[in-house]
Amino acid sequence: MLKIEGLTAEIDGKEILKGIDLEVPTGEIHAIMGPNGSGKSTLSYVLSGREGYEITGGAASFEGQDLLAMEPEERAAAGLFLAFQYPVELPGVGNANFLRTALNAQRRAKGEAELDAMQFLKLARERMRALSMPEDMLKRGVNVGFSGGEKKRNEVLQMALLKPRIAILDETDSGLDIDALKIVADGVNAMRGPDFSALVITHYQRLLDYIVPDRVHVLMGGRIVQSGGPELAQQLEASGYGSVRAA
Amino acid sequence: MPAVTETIDTVASVTSGTYKYGFETEIEMEFAPKGLNEDIVRFISARKNEPEWLLAWRLKAFALWRTMEEPRWPAVKYPPIDYQDAYYYAAPVKKPGPKSLDEVDPELLRTYEKLGIPLREQAILAGVEGAGESPAEGRMPVAVDAVFDSVSVATTFKGRLEKEGIIFCSISEAVQHHPELVRQYLGSVVPQADNFFAALNSAVFTDGSFVYIPKGVRCPMELSTYFRINAKSTGQFERTLIIADEGATVSYLEGCTAPMRDENQLHAAVVELVALDDASIKYSTVQNWYPGDEDGKGGIYNFVTKRGACRGRRSKISWTQVETGSAITWKYPSCILQGDESVGEFYSVAITNNHQQADTGTKMIHLGRNTRSTIISKGISAGKGQNTYRGLVKIQPKASGARNFTQCDSLLIGDQCGAHTVPYIENRCMTAKVEHEATTSRIAEDQLFYCRQRGLSEEDAVGLIVNGFCREVLKELPMEFAVEAQKLLQISLEGSVG
Repeated sequence: MLKIEGLTAEIDGKEILKGIDLEVPTGEIHAIMGPNGSGKSTLSYVLSGREGYEITGGAASFEGQDLLAMEPEERAAAGLFLAFQYPVELPGVGNANFLRTALNAQRRAKGEAELDAMQFLKLARERMRALSMPEDMLKRGVNVGFSGGEKKRNEVLQMALLKPRIAILDETDSGLDIDALKIVADGVNAMRGPDFSALVITHYQRLLDYIVPDRVHVLMGGRIVQSGGPELAQQLEASGYGSVRAA
Repeated sequence: MPAVTETIDTVASVTSGTYKYGFETEIEMEFAPKGLNEDIVRFISARKNEPEWLLAWRLKAFALWRTMEEPRWPAVKYPPIDYQDAYYYAAPVKKPGPKSLDEVDPELLRTYEKLGIPLREQAILAGVEGAGESPAEGRMPVAVDAVFDSVSVATTFKGRLEKEGIIFCSISEAVQHHPELVRQYLGSVVPQADNFFAALNSAVFTDGSFVYIPKGVRCPMELSTYFRINAKSTGQFERTLIIADEGATVSYLEGCTAPMRDENQLHAAVVELVALDDASIKYSTVQNWYPGDEDGKGGIYNFVTKRGACRGRRSKISWTQVETGSAITWKYPSCILQGDESVGEFYSVAITNNHQQADTGTKMIHLGRNTRSTIISKGISAGKGQNTYRGLVKIQPKASGARNFTQCDSLLIGDQCGAHTVPYIENRCMTAKVEHEATTSRIAEDQLFYCRQRGLSEEDAVGLIVNGFCREVLKELPMEFAVEAQKLLQISLEGSVG
């Protein structure tokens, strides 16, 4: 279970998160919706340990481990995965090499045997077929020259390979056409199970037609201002965030 | 499989940040007295039983050297070198060829072991008779000419090479057995008066490699030299001469590690390459000499003159270097493109960390028609390191249709290091085309975070990004070397972030 209590954080002296309380039980998928500037991306970065954010109060734990005391790579090894809103390019670093390095780093951290090149390729090809990704994407530099859709699919491929216990999807739907959106959603839905949970951060309700969440939370002004079932997302779509503000 | 995909294996095997090859072998040495004068030059020449012409050649070089001054233009700083306070000759005491590994000086074997050289190759290196005639399965055969301090201890795969008419031996042996070739080519690319360090080398060079590939022969294996600087205060003055006759092809590897030491050591090598019509020489270096400690104490001074002459039509010389070591690197592997349609290439990765200083680059001198050159330089600065690319592209009036492409990329890690690019372009030919591209970048915070979010440690992430940055150069290295080079990049940058 991901447990966040009274979390406050600032960047460059400006308070962005003003007391987040949130619980995502194992096996559930929760959506966080909110207008631009509400703190959605900040929350995902604070949970995954990006530098530059100062935690000023509160706590966050995953499966009882104090997330905020861990290095980003330790959080990754503990099973936390962040699908980036803007996946980063690594020129000259082959995608296959990157994926295998990451996978083996995590396997090492868990005390599992590393995969050799052949084992890895077999696994990667299998997962790529499921995501309708052309095989040459393994040979290209990480995200270099990828279209927006390809970058997002590459994030989902990484998730499928790394098999996290909790995935945070930071506006993974932005810039995707409907076909790519379905592929991404299929990738997430395929992970669904009693040992997997996810925090799907999105601006629009569209993605939630394909990844149906167990709970929906509305993040505004650095706080969760409303929570409900999947129907909350549809209400928001119909009446906008203004209705929440008014409430 | 591209070399870069092997990063994980090499990254995984690197655990310690201290200089891995810092040890010293205790082997009985034979020294010339300290200092440098005409008598020392005569001593070295006599010790090596050299013909009169070579002694005269050395003495001329020595006389020239005395009139020359150390170059001051490189962007490197170091205290004055006392050339009288060093030994110029040290040789392991040589016994006749051992019959088996049991007869080889165990200290020498231990040195090889620490360098990670497999037992079979140790036997070859130590000159055990009959060793190394059949290369192990699945491995590219590599012939090794080990320079252990100043004298080549052993030369391998001789039999197989001899069948092809290839000469691969120490330059001392070549002087004895092939004096006509040595006399014809020695100093023909880098003359004695070329520069201060080349003159010094010409006067006191002790050993090095000699390669001759006869007409039309494609050398069946990579030729390789392990350099080790081993005796206290012994300057190393290697002299390497490689000649590829018409239509010949050869790939030569030079790999270096040195024991850790407190005082600075001077190294002034000269490498001369000659390629005749349709010949091709590929010269690859991984340089990992002791760079000094974190405070900049100790470390090797590496003042090297490397130059290749594409004398023949359609000849080709390609330099690939990965420079991770040395306190100071002063090195400009160059090509003189004399033959029409000849090709020169320079691929370089230079890393400076802590207090390391590197002033390195290349010179491409276009003399012949339709000559082409490519320069890809990747400079990486970390810590307080200073990295300068200095290059000259010179196109003479007769080099019609000449082309050059230069790309210089610098990567900065941290905020106390420096990267400098000093490209000189002299074009005296209207039909020539010269292109220069340069970039400077930092390892971005978002790249590091992206890697770490996927489970990589910060240092592994830096290693991966740096290897990616260097990919265009690393892919030019022979496979076995590429793996070693990636490992070195990683080791060299340990402790540079965070």
